[in-house]
Amino acid sequence: MKARITVTLKNGVLDPQGRAIANALHSLGFGGVEDVRQGKLIEVELKAADEAAAQTELDAMCRQLLANPVIENYRVELL
Amino acid sequence: MKSAVIVFPGSNCDRDAAVTLEAVTGVKPVMVWHGDEALPKVDLIVLPGGFSYGDYLRSGAMAAQSPIVRAVKAEAERGVAVLGICNGFQILTETGLLPGALMRNSGLNFICRDVDLIVERTDTAFTNAYTQGERVTIPIAHKDGSYFAEDETLDRIEGEGQVVFRYAPTPEGASGNPNGSRRDIAGLIDRTGRIMGLMPHPERAADAALGGIDGRRLFESLTRTLN
Repeated sequence: MKARITVTLKNGVLDPQGRAIANALHSLGFGGVEDVRQGKLIEVELKAADEAAAQTELDAMCRQLLANPVIENYRVELL
Repeated sequence: MKSAVIVFPGSNCDRDAAVTLEAVTGVKPVMVWHGDEALPKVDLIVLPGGFSYGDYLRSGAMAAQSPIVRAVKAEAERGVAVLGICNGFQILTETGLLPGALMRNSGLNFICRDVDLIVERTDTAFTNAYTQGERVTIPIAHKDGSYFAEDETLDRIEGEGQVVFRYAPTPEGASGNPNGSRRDIAGLIDRTGRIMGLMPHPERAADAALGGIDGRRLFESLTRTLN
């Protein structure tokens, strides 16, 4: 089974990389860009009995290691 | 005072910490490898600066899950003092031993230079050789040193006196905060007063031949308290 995990900074947490990208886009002439947030994409291949078991395990991985709950949110998609 | 320095793959201030500890305490610290599962009996554990496990995923995230850090947590719960410097501070927040998180510097650059700090508290095991409100100069060298915690957490830790070092304003009164840390926080202590994390490197400012001695008193404070 394959899963895609997206980790993003929580709203309200300063994202200096996102801001730098927004500035670069502005300087390229994309004046309509209002905000950019940068995150991480993590793909996991795993063996699991079914989708529900995979979802539970992936959720545990995110909480224990892949995302820092102080600053980040995560989203898990099974592919 | 007996001490241990934890060595992770990617630690690069472990020997600086060891040299300073030996110079100040007269006792050579034990160097402990990250894959070990137990610690010798010591009074102080140092998590040194560097880039543990290459800082993959997030700074300090992998180290926080290592076998030795589980042992460090157990020792901390028994009351052994723990000092996390730079990457060590990141590891302490990742393990939850200290609140908050350390994020990319607001200017996105790696910053390596001297900064001035204000000593906010001197009634701790780590700072009793300083004077209250004193301005000290200690170098920083980091890319992920911007301290973040939510307002609620910040109010709580300030209320409980957990902020020990703050980036000092310039003599003209402008902000001297190098990395965007919330409320200019450079160093924190936990509620028990036994665990401290700081982004600047006191072990690199403990010998006049290396350009400064303001960091030395942090190790002298520990020696005085833990002997």
